Amino acid sequence: MHIPDGFIDIPTSAAFAAISAVGVGACLKGATRSLDEKTAPLAGLTATFIFAVQMLNFPVAAGTSGHLLGGVLAAVLVGPYVATLAITVVLLLQALLFADGGLTAAGLNIFNLSLLGVWAGYAIFLVIKKIMPKNKSSISVAAGVAAFISVPAAALGFVLQYALGANATFSLSAVLTAMFSTHVLIGIGEAIITVLSVTAVMASRPDLVYGFRGAKSQLEIRKA
Amino acid sequence: MKNPLIIVGFAVSLALAGGVSYYASSQPDGLEKVAGDVGFLDSAKESAVKDSPLAEYGVAGVENERISGGLAGVIGVASTAAVSFAIFYGMRRFNKSKP
Repeated sequence: MHIPDGFIDIPTSAAFAAISAVGVGACLKGATRSLDEKTAPLAGLTATFIFAVQMLNFPVAAGTSGHLLGGVLAAVLVGPYVATLAITVVLLLQALLFADGGLTAAGLNIFNLSLLGVWAGYAIFLVIKKIMPKNKSSISVAAGVAAFISVPAAALGFVLQYALGANATFSLSAVLTAMFSTHVLIGIGEAIITVLSVTAVMASRPDLVYGFRGAKSQLEIRKA
Repeated sequence: MKNPLIIVGFAVSLALAGGVSYYASSQPDGLEKVAGDVGFLDSAKESAVKDSPLAEYGVAGVENERISGGLAGVIGVASTAAVSFAIFYGMRRFNKSKP
């Protein structure tokens, strides 16, 4: 879901670039607290893994493919602040090196995938984690459900941008319906990849998983 | 870097981007399909870096598609790792809450 140049006009793209710059700037500040000797390598790996998996388009319906966005995967593994930075690195490299996603559209893409996908997805993850039993498999389940919802959420970001500044004049409701229905399907793939990846890390190094450490510290507080 | 998870994770990333990506679907992705169906696909403009030697996940001048795409994937994984490690290791130094 990388927006190319030209879909959205320059004023709207510039406005979203400004919003994204503020958002990423805030995350630069917030991320420092969650980066230490143990978590910095996982943060680098998360960005790298998401780049690799985004190359793997999977078929979703006749003539359509989708790929991982990775917002919830990153947020659960390394926390939402670092996740925003990781996905932003991936998007900028894709746009600059591989001409995947426009350059003037970079702010639009960062808003949808690094900010909306990560933060809306992480909020859903926290809600589901809260209502599930406090164990390891709940983390995977919550991550999967949040990943599923995060894809149509990010797609709605594009619909908003289209509503504000599309260069074309096709009806908004047609774009909304098509974007939502297609990305609900892609969300299934997102959920599967997210569950597999989170479960793999939880099986080997649960101590590094940001979304799980939260659950543990809550338990510790009760004990004390 | 004694963490096996990190080493295995990188090996998997290299294998996915360098090898498995050849088998990825080449159908248009969700946004592209919607743009085509609704009708605004032709409002897209070429990226200013469309002539990048790595544009569209291939290496310019490498004829074999499998090698070209695989090499682009490996370069992408290496670049992402280099940039993100530099940033995250660099930021770690500013963490004042660490013991």
